Amino acid sequence: MLNIEKLQVSVDDKPILNGVDLKVNAGEVHAIMGPNGSGKSTLAHILAGRDGYAVTGGTVSFEGENLLALEPEERAHRGVFLAMQYPVELPGVNNMVFMKTALNAVRTARGEAALDAVGFMKLVRERLRLVQMDERFLKRNVNAGFSGGEKKRNEILQMAVLEPKLAILDETDSGLDIDAMRVVADGVNALRSPERAMIVVTHYQRLLDYIEPDFVHVLAGGRIVRSGDRTLAQELEEKGYGWLEQEDAA
Amino acid sequence: MSSSNQAMDRFVSGEYRHGFVTPVESDTLPPGLSEEVIRAISARKEEPDWMLQRRLKAYHHWLTMTEPDWAHLRHPPIDFNGISYYSAPKRDKDAPKSLDEIDPQLLETYRKLGIPVEEQKALAGVAVDAVFDSVSVATTFRKTLHEAGVIFCSMSEAVREHPELVQKYLGSVVPHTDNFFASLNSAVFSDGTFVYIPEGVRCPMELSTYFRINEAKTGQFERTLIVAEAGSHVSYLEGCTAPMRDENQLHAAVVELVAMEDARIKYSTVQNWYPGDAQGRGGIYNFVTKRGDCHGDRSHISWTQVETGSAITWKYPSCILRGDDSVGEFYSVAVTRGRQQADTGTKMIHMGRNTRSTIVSKGISAGEGQNAYRGLVRMTPKAENARNHTQCDSLLIGERCGAHTFPYMEVRNPTAKVEHEATTSKIGDDQLFYCRQRGLSEEDAVSLIVNGFCKEVFNELPMEFAVEAQKLLNVTLEGAVG
Repeated sequence: MLNIEKLQVSVDDKPILNGVDLKVNAGEVHAIMGPNGSGKSTLAHILAGRDGYAVTGGTVSFEGENLLALEPEERAHRGVFLAMQYPVELPGVNNMVFMKTALNAVRTARGEAALDAVGFMKLVRERLRLVQMDERFLKRNVNAGFSGGEKKRNEILQMAVLEPKLAILDETDSGLDIDAMRVVADGVNALRSPERAMIVVTHYQRLLDYIEPDFVHVLAGGRIVRSGDRTLAQELEEKGYGWLEQEDAA
Repeated sequence: MSSSNQAMDRFVSGEYRHGFVTPVESDTLPPGLSEEVIRAISARKEEPDWMLQRRLKAYHHWLTMTEPDWAHLRHPPIDFNGISYYSAPKRDKDAPKSLDEIDPQLLETYRKLGIPVEEQKALAGVAVDAVFDSVSVATTFRKTLHEAGVIFCSMSEAVREHPELVQKYLGSVVPHTDNFFASLNSAVFSDGTFVYIPEGVRCPMELSTYFRINEAKTGQFERTLIVAEAGSHVSYLEGCTAPMRDENQLHAAVVELVAMEDARIKYSTVQNWYPGDAQGRGGIYNFVTKRGDCHGDRSHISWTQVETGSAITWKYPSCILRGDDSVGEFYSVAVTRGRQQADTGTKMIHMGRNTRSTIVSKGISAGEGQNAYRGLVRMTPKAENARNHTQCDSLLIGERCGAHTFPYMEVRNPTAKVEHEATTSKIGDDQLFYCRQRGLSEEDAVSLIVNGFCKEVFNELPMEFAVEAQKLLNVTLEGAVG
């Protein structure tokens, strides 16, 4: 589904990604770990199409298309979703109205009929049940006055409504206590499917106890320096990122 | 489609498409202001002498006044002698009794603006008093209103047909000495709307009017007076449009509202006048005095406005809360983009006991627009238990615009309560990216955020206005980001 080859990205002329290779297939969950400043968020943002990053080399193809040539909303229409690390507030914009507008924009772009208020309500109620969230979320304005945990859960709710093909979770666990993290993880797990691929970007191994990945990659110095399965994450937890550097040097 | 939808369609065009001039023979006075000009205006309108005397009194007072300069506005000095103060399309002595008698070119103008006058009878029933430049032309639906006892006519006609009402109320809320522009208006006002609702009558339909400034250098000096007797209700919609011209055009209108005991007046405005070109040249100057007198106990006046046009907007629709338990409201969305400037707000003067006022002001600035909110809440010594709540929010789009707030609170009664809340926010890159990542285009994202911002005000507009106001806002802000 997603094929990243030799991707090089700079921010303000400073190279951040120095040749990333990554292949993600439908149904797979890939974890990207790495120390601070390794470029994990940059990778997430570049896939979503955020401004401020310059691609200086390499390619990214999504379902055969050049992803980097598409606008952010076009990528969303193709099924790319980024659960943000710091979700912003949209004051005055009702959560339900926002999700309905977004979903209908995506559906229309795909040539599907837009949902009316009744149809959307039905869908959103079902999605709320799936991720075990409460109708209260619908009544509030997007992220306005939400706690950290609520913001992350709102991201998961939106993911549940938009049903993306590729979901990128950017440090979904940051700022959350254990219980909140578990709730978020449950939501994510409920959305796993053989048609969907996920990239989970995280610092800490503990999220991966709940969202068990199929593959774990370590991003350091702007490149994926090691790939493995879940056990790699556990090794990192025990030995730290420094261990990898030593291993590579050896 | 309702008539007011048709009326509002002209605001919804994708670009400013009202840049045309109707080549109608115009009876225009040469530029300049003098006693002679005023006599000429009065004569052309065939006014009774008492009206002429009022004008002259105002004119002589105006000569003693100085133009105010305290607003947060910048513009080249206005040459008051360079403006023509009267422009009327030529027509027969007899006023048209049916639409067939109206100058076909004028009707064509209305068609171009999306108001087929003939169709209005079949539609939702909003009476339209169309003012072409300085003279009122057609008034329809007179019969229905007449049956209800409602008087809805041009100011010129009211001066002739209802002199006792005009003499009683004209200038009672905004006297000719009030301010520089009101003084000028009192001397040279061309026309406007007169509405009178008798006791206990709820006006059966929403009343509306619109203006057009056609000739270059013609000041538009509209004068509107609405009187609601005890227990009556009326809702009035004011919408404006004007063609593109190269010279600045001054619009100094005066609107007076009088509400007696238990009466309600709702005055809604959607203003989309030519804002000037990309260099800020040629737009309309909108310097307006609007004031409502909540004269009787339990009277209620509410002002709702959506201002997206004009090069400069300078207006403070206000309420004098004279009667006990009277209520004043002000809901406003003011947009400035490009080089537009606005210094707008309201004055709520609490005089009676238990009076209440609500102010919700939403300012949106984009491009190099400068938006100032200026509000006065005055609790006079007798205003026992009076209450005000003010919410003043600014939204900044981009890096070069400005939002300024000048709240004045004067409280001279210890039991009065004044609350003021203010917020400033931006439509930042983060928010736009968030919306786009969810599938919304940038335009849709701005529209969603702006509409959320303005929701509280739009909810106060009459239904048909509300829908079109949203569209107008979207059109106005197209391309405002980046």
